[in-house]
Amino acid sequence: MKIAVLIKDVPDLVEELELTEEGRLAVDDMSFVPSEWDDQALEEALILKEGDAGSTVTAVAIDTGDVDNMLFTALAKGADRGVKLVGDFNREMSNRARAEVLAHYCHTEGFDLILTGVQAIDDLDGQIAGLVAGRLGAAHASVVRDVALGSTSVTCIQEYSGGKMAELRLTVPAVLGIQAAQKTPRYVTVSKVRQMQKSASLEEIEGESSEAPALEIRRLYPPVASSHAEMWGDDVEELADRIVNLLEEKKLLRS
Amino acid sequence: MGPVLAVLEMNANQLTDASQELVTKAKSLADELGTTAMAVAFGDEIGDAIRTLDVGKVVVIGGPAVTSYASLVYEEALEKVLAELAPALVLLANSTMGMDLGAALAARTGKPMLAYATALAVDDSKQLVATSQVYGGKLLAEVQLPTEGTIVTVIPGSWPASGTSGTPQLEDITAEMVPGVEVVRVMEEDSGADVDITRAEILVSVGRGIQDPENLELAEELAQAIGGAVSCSRPVVDAGWLSRSHQVGKSGKTVKPKLYLALGISGAPEHLQGMKDAELIVAVNSDGKAPIFDVAHFGGTADILDLMPALTERLQGRGQ
Repeated sequence: MKIAVLIKDVPDLVEELELTEEGRLAVDDMSFVPSEWDDQALEEALILKEGDAGSTVTAVAIDTGDVDNMLFTALAKGADRGVKLVGDFNREMSNRARAEVLAHYCHTEGFDLILTGVQAIDDLDGQIAGLVAGRLGAAHASVVRDVALGSTSVTCIQEYSGGKMAELRLTVPAVLGIQAAQKTPRYVTVSKVRQMQKSASLEEIEGESSEAPALEIRRLYPPVASSHAEMWGDDVEELADRIVNLLEEKKLLRS
Repeated sequence: MGPVLAVLEMNANQLTDASQELVTKAKSLADELGTTAMAVAFGDEIGDAIRTLDVGKVVVIGGPAVTSYASLVYEEALEKVLAELAPALVLLANSTMGMDLGAALAARTGKPMLAYATALAVDDSKQLVATSQVYGGKLLAEVQLPTEGTIVTVIPGSWPASGTSGTPQLEDITAEMVPGVEVVRVMEEDSGADVDITRAEILVSVGRGIQDPENLELAEELAQAIGGAVSCSRPVVDAGWLSRSHQVGKSGKTVKPKLYLALGISGAPEHLQGMKDAELIVAVNSDGKAPIFDVAHFGGTADILDLMPALTERLQGRGQ
């Protein structure tokens, strides 16, 4: 099957999220990392390819900044093609606008299976899987895992809350929002990515954008927690004592 | 102005908690905006669950095509309902179904969409304003919503359900079969589960901070010493270190133990959704700014790999 994986990078939550005076993310000062769920989608695609000699995996990213490293990493992990959709795009591009560009490209290329992360930390205006599927009129499912390829269909497990799930069979072309890959995403060394940068090249394709509905964001702000834990510090022995005392006080210790 | 429409989810022909919350909000927003609240629900045997909803009208989409949830069937039927009702606002839960349908319907109809909403209100200038939780719960977005069919997915548990009742007009329609997504079988969580975490009074819950599957032994020893069970957050399950039956959160179990000991769990919104109502929450995480401390009662920033054996030792000592 011809498989596409739609990947994007998002602000690194390990770092402090800086805001501008206008209540916008200070994107210029931030470091970005691949969205963790997209990483799961890439891993699932690579596992599917390894189990089916005829399949290819194309990693696709919109050029909203420095996405080359992310695409070369995908190639180093085993993707066959790295495609960068170029145009007048920037880091503040909404998911709706992204979905327009991605759906147009996927339609042109005629992928059988399109995988992407179930969500990303910044998809305020909708998740990519459903948005792209809606634009393509394709079969789709979110919150899925354990994808398997058939000849003209794919099967997967879709998860619901409370531990319920269903096995689905989707006719291709299909779009799946991957919750988790069958294995922990593989790791490639920086030197392997560097080698790939020297030996391979990315395909730059002009992204076709079209009008997408936009939301008016008044401001972004850190939540003011209505409550906060009483903090007991970082000393292991003291913390252990205090926890045991608390359990005793709340009568939670076995007599 | 069109109605405020809640798209409902059923579980065993009963309304889910999240859906009841949507009905409550649809009603209050409709009152404030001067319009009607309506609902749409799927299934053939759901009459008892929807007959007394406090809305003006309920559209019931039935027929063999909706026996099990399949995205394309549901969204095609919903698209027709939306075209007929021209709602001002469409509310869905930010569940699996809501994530499927919200985004796809928005793309199909060209309407704006907002995900991860935790609050919806009409402000002083009569504008509809939503708050959404983004960046792993580290930021909130205040967003102004047009009342021309905007689709909103709401994080379950964001506000209480009122439980008021009414006598809605009922309209039955039959969904058409749509090929593309076939439900092969519906399953419950594997019954091979060794423990039911929803019944445990004390949970020792571990997250990414456990670092290595070998360290789970420390959590198990602590659980044994304290008389509780081990549960975990999603990354631990995804890494294959614990089975899904141990998972707390949106796609796992919702738990309300007497004590929830969160160890090395940062507190992503999806996790908090499943445990924030525990009676007592004690969290230990090396990052003192982690969102878990916003729901915890007591917290510490020690290394959990040192803390677990220290606690176990104290608890074992007491029993002797």
